[in-house]
Amino acid sequence: MIFTWPIGLRLKKQKNLLELPIEVMPPVSFVFIHFQQHRGKPAIPLVKKGDAVKIGSKIGETGGEISSPVHSSVSGRVIDIKPHPHPFLREGLCCVIESDYSDTWEQRFIDSDYHSLSKEELLERIEKAGVVGLGGGGYPTAKKLLAGMKDRVNLLIINGCESEPNLAADYRVMIEYTASVVEGARILQKILNVPKMIFVLTRNYKMAEALLKKEGADVKILPDSYPVGSERVLIRKITKITLPADKLPIDVGIIVQNVSTCYAVFQAVKYNKPLIERVITISGDGINKPKNILVKIGTPLSAIIQYCEGLKDDLKKIIFGGLMTGIAQFSLDTPVIKTTSGIVFQSAVCEDEINDCVYCGKCIDVCPMGILPQMIYTFIKNNEFKNAIDYGLDDCIECGCCSYVCPSSIPLVHYFKYARLRNMHG
Amino acid sequence: MDKLFIVSSPPHIHTRLNLKNAVWIVILCLIPSLIAGVVFFGFYALIIIFISIAVSVFSETIFEYLSKRKTTIQDGTAVLTGLLLGLSLPPNVPLWIPLIGACFSIIISKQIFGGTGFNLLNPALTGRAFLMLSFPQIMSVNFKYQAPETLSEIDAVTSATPLTLLKSPFYYKITEETLRKMSSFDFLKLLLFGHSGGSIGEACKILIIAGGIILLIFKVIDYRIIIGYILSFCLMSLMLPGRINPLFQLFTGGVLLAIFFMATDWVTSPVTKNGRWIFGIGCGFFTALFRLISHYPEGVTPAILLMNLFVPFFDKIAVIIRR
Ligand code: SF4
Ligand code: SF4
Repeated sequence: MIFTWPIGLRLKKQKNLLELPIEVMPPVSFVFIHFQQHRGKPAIPLVKKGDAVKIGSKIGETGGEISSPVHSSVSGRVIDIKPHPHPFLREGLCCVIESDYSDTWEQRFIDSDYHSLSKEELLERIEKAGVVGLGGGGYPTAKKLLAGMKDRVNLLIINGCESEPNLAADYRVMIEYTASVVEGARILQKILNVPKMIFVLTRNYKMAEALLKKEGADVKILPDSYPVGSERVLIRKITKITLPADKLPIDVGIIVQNVSTCYAVFQAVKYNKPLIERVITISGDGINKPKNILVKIGTPLSAIIQYCEGLKDDLKKIIFGGLMTGIAQFSLDTPVIKTTSGIVFQSAVCEDEINDCVYCGKCIDVCPMGILPQMIYTFIKNNEFKNAIDYGLDDCIECGCCSYVCPSSIPLVHYFKYARLRNMHG
Repeated sequence: MDKLFIVSSPPHIHTRLNLKNAVWIVILCLIPSLIAGVVFFGFYALIIIFISIAVSVFSETIFEYLSKRKTTIQDGTAVLTGLLLGLSLPPNVPLWIPLIGACFSIIISKQIFGGTGFNLLNPALTGRAFLMLSFPQIMSVNFKYQAPETLSEIDAVTSATPLTLLKSPFYYKITEETLRKMSSFDFLKLLLFGHSGGSIGEACKILIIAGGIILLIFKVIDYRIIIGYILSFCLMSLMLPGRINPLFQLFTGGVLLAIFFMATDWVTSPVTKNGRWIFGIGCGFFTALFRLISHYPEGVTPAILLMNLFVPFFDKIAVIIRR
């Protein structure tokens, strides 16, 4: 196994993204709030056409065992509940709210005495605020914590590695809201009752490291390679434990949370503020002004483009999320949801022709999970899904490294996603 | 806004090292060796290589046209095959040799199997093996050279490779002292910087090594095959009867060219990492063995071809080890 130890990719980052301070995006006239913004069941609509809502009003109720409520991010009137373009579902049920530009909040208070709350009370606040994993997974945080309270957790990892080349939002959050992030992480630590909590950063996040250390946090530095920010890879790098496909981090006593999630947790506990806004990175060569912005959940793409001073003419692709794993969009109406970590506007699109596999083995060299993409791909092509699983399809984290390096430009990840869907639906 | 966007599955960026670029990098890394060959062996060598490349490209085009396949000339693999074949030929073969060799390489060894990506054997090596078997006299160069007593004569242009000396009937007459000198530092220097080769591409070893290192840096070729090959080859040279200085072995014959440019061929080497270690070690082992026991002075060609045949097997082993 020594020789199959993965190295990881070094991707070219977009310059200067890390230096752009967080700007607060001014309010927009319409927001589109999806009921499915998290892993699990969609939320159940609580409002109907014509209802008046305030900032932070709950508009969708938890819709199942694994689910999360959603809240209005503006005050105004519900003008419709209808299917609307969704960042990764193509279409989803969505609540359209017209803003009245006023700053009226649904009950809001500052509880500086949150230290005296019990674990259950803290958990309830997080649950009620609809906090989900903001790193991209979107797993409801309260559910993850609940599982952690039942099992024994001995390590809490706060993930500050953004290995995707186009993201800087987490970095900015760490730098500008350092105290809140650390405080949020401490709340999580208290809920889980774990002795050890570490922040994990990549090597290029020097400044964040210094600031976090000043707050008294335990920081660990990893090399800046892709996909180090991915949960399973992160755990292996830190604890040397390789998680099999059917095990969750919690099964080995580890919980991973993203830094932005910690910030949201802090906001939820101290200010009783639901998750209605987040920091995202606007990047790419197809937009005039790349920015890090604090944006309301539900803001449509078109408004963000306007705020970032418009598109370049040669824009070809719009991607929600990271360049390696993000989803390409077809509509400018698509709104930001809780798990959107960034938006890339791409003009220089790679249009290499897809050729036959040349058996170079590069995909196998680079796979962080140590599986055999080339062989799995061959099986899927021949419709041998069972063999594909035998060769480790379930271990794939869809990081995209294999497709990235493939000299024949074979969309390997696409095949893997397809096979998973096929397996799921028989 | 009525603009349409491209929608495709992630990832949305792609390495610049696609097949075409990789092949052209390899070709560029071979150009210095080619120039050295032409400088040492004269303009005739250039003609040989030119014919080899032209025939490769031509026969690929014709075959793909006749079999109604998509043309793959632009990916450069045919040029590379022609170039490698030309470089591995002796500098004074008649001009129909590269012609036949290139045709065989492209059509029999590559296109019949399905074109780029589907061939089992390295095309350039197959072409060479075919020529060696069919025209052994022409391919093993002339034995003009009679008395291998002094080393200064070894680098005569028309000489056989030093390896032939070891193999030739005169081998047993070589004095102890000659053997000792053969492994001396000066001699190695001669092999490294001078032209010791029996083939065009082996004119200057240091250029081949440099090219190989550039390929390693660009991650075009895999270090596992190279390290495995070199280590096992040196070890075998030391252990087999004769105990020839492994460095001497390494710098003579086509070993370096084969290690860096032929054994590492993407298509015909294993895809798994452990498979590549086995492959490299196997290549080194058999090269040393064939040098000792076969009729031909050169052991590289049959060794790599043999290992090529076992590639799927090595991959299978690697998959099993993993579990
Ligand atoms: S997408 Fe899956 S198969 Fe490809 S490199 Fe990542 S983990 Fe490996
Ligand atoms: S990287 Fe692409 S061409 Fe190379 S082995 Fe993998 S699938 Fe085949």
